[in-house]
Amino acid sequence: MTNAEVEIVVDGRRVVVPAGTILAAALANEGVQAFRTSVTGQPRAPICGMGSCFECRVTVDGRPHQRSCLVPCEHGMVVDTASGGGA
Amino acid sequence: MTLVEKAPSSATDVVECDVAVVGGGPAGIAAAARAAESGAGTLLIDQGVHPGGQVWRHRNEADLPHVARRWIERLGRSGARVMTQSAVTDATPDGLLRVVRGRAGMSVRAGTVVIATGARELFIPYPGWTLPGAMGIGGGQAMLKGGLDVRGRRAVVAGSGPLILPVAAAMARSGALLQGVLEQASVGRLASFGTSLLRHPSKLIDGARYRSAFACTAYRTGSWIVRAEGDGRVERVVMTDGKRSWSRECDLLCCSYGLVPNVDLASLLGCVIDDGRVVVDDWQRTSVARILAAGEPTGIGGELAALTEGQIAGLVAAGRNPAGEAALTRGRSSWLRFSGQLATSFALRDELRHLAQADTIVCRCEDVPRSRLDPSWTARQAKLYTRTGMGPCQGAVCGAACHFLFGWPADRVRPPLGAPEVAAVAGSAIATDAGHPSESRA
Repeated sequence: MTNAEVEIVVDGRRVVVPAGTILAAALANEGVQAFRTSVTGQPRAPICGMGSCFECRVTVDGRPHQRSCLVPCEHGMVVDTASGGGA
Repeated sequence: MTLVEKAPSSATDVVECDVAVVGGGPAGIAAAARAAESGAGTLLIDQGVHPGGQVWRHRNEADLPHVARRWIERLGRSGARVMTQSAVTDATPDGLLRVVRGRAGMSVRAGTVVIATGARELFIPYPGWTLPGAMGIGGGQAMLKGGLDVRGRRAVVAGSGPLILPVAAAMARSGALLQGVLEQASVGRLASFGTSLLRHPSKLIDGARYRSAFACTAYRTGSWIVRAEGDGRVERVVMTDGKRSWSRECDLLCCSYGLVPNVDLASLLGCVIDDGRVVVDDWQRTSVARILAAGEPTGIGGELAALTEGQIAGLVAAGRNPAGEAALTRGRSSWLRFSGQLATSFALRDELRHLAQADTIVCRCEDVPRSRLDPSWTARQAKLYTRTGMGPCQGAVCGAACHFLFGWPADRVRPPLGAPEVAAVAGSAIATDAGHPSESRA
């Protein structure tokens, strides 16, 4: 890992991403399909990328329902998604 | 620029300013810069990590186009204060704004408010649009700018509007394998748009440059997405030109149908809205005193129109007469014509109203299928009977979709806007008759 990278934890896995990466992009790159589970149990992922649709919600450092498209990755961030059974 | 990094800790703290600009895209940046340069104490409030909005979203300033860099630098020199990652959740027409940043809440009292809240994409429901891998065109662009790795991904960019070409080009340049680039408007309508572009040659050159980036992929007009299929994610898409249909393997589908003005804040403040646009005069003044609006909320016109309107709004907000700047007033009327041409050229075809099947989800927050919605209802009835539009997005996606599908006008906007965390809102709603929270501070 270099200065231009940060390490986050996605569903229990350590992932190194370029600094400044938006969390939603980092999760998609990591292969996360289901960011959240809908009220009828369907897998969902972001569609707007700008904070409007609320489909990219995940749990960040224990705080549920964070819009991952608005969150830059920060070193040590712990993220749980529906793919990991988390959100 | 002065970044306001820490929100005051107490819910009753108040930041005072002459001009508050809500939204940090081109219109908001231009408004804040011109107001601050004119001597007004100016505060720009934006949801993003950096000012720039969606069209100028960036991780590094070096990635920005020249005009964007110039304006962001100008904002920095202007003396305007900038609050990033902050959202206005409530407001009253006297200029009191409730602002939430993460879990912290604060109030802003402004002499004049400039609404520069931009636009959202229009999503038209089609079978499979809820599958992971399906997103909007602007959504795809935002994800790409945010670091999405599209190398080797089979992508389709489809829908309508001028964003298709630059996003398809960006996808191709970033290593995506384009499987189709589709515009629903007919070639005849687009030709009229091309003619109008002759008055704005820089836009025409942009188009040619974008097109050359994916020259080997068919750019089809008069064609659209019928459905997406896959097990737990998009695996293939079915497209049509109205006569025949074809299918392509695809794992990244960017599909949306142009932009819809975001008028939530204007609506909350009681500004007159007509045909989905905030009504403004030549000076960008809304129907409510000391509330101005600029850029996409007043009608979709793109970044250059937004810069012009933003500058006018900034000058007016600072008490100056914009008539002294002939280039601005001339530019404004020229961009108004451009905006009208955009709407005509990319008018949506009726077939798109019939893509959603009985089991196609319309409201994604509450998982309400098309079959549960009666077109004879109002948006309010749909809320009451099915919870459509009552989830976290508060109709940001399905509101415009239902307007397109059923002709339902938008329901009344209520605070809080943008579903903030309860902790940031609790005990801090703007009092309307018993005095403002700020007044009880002493």
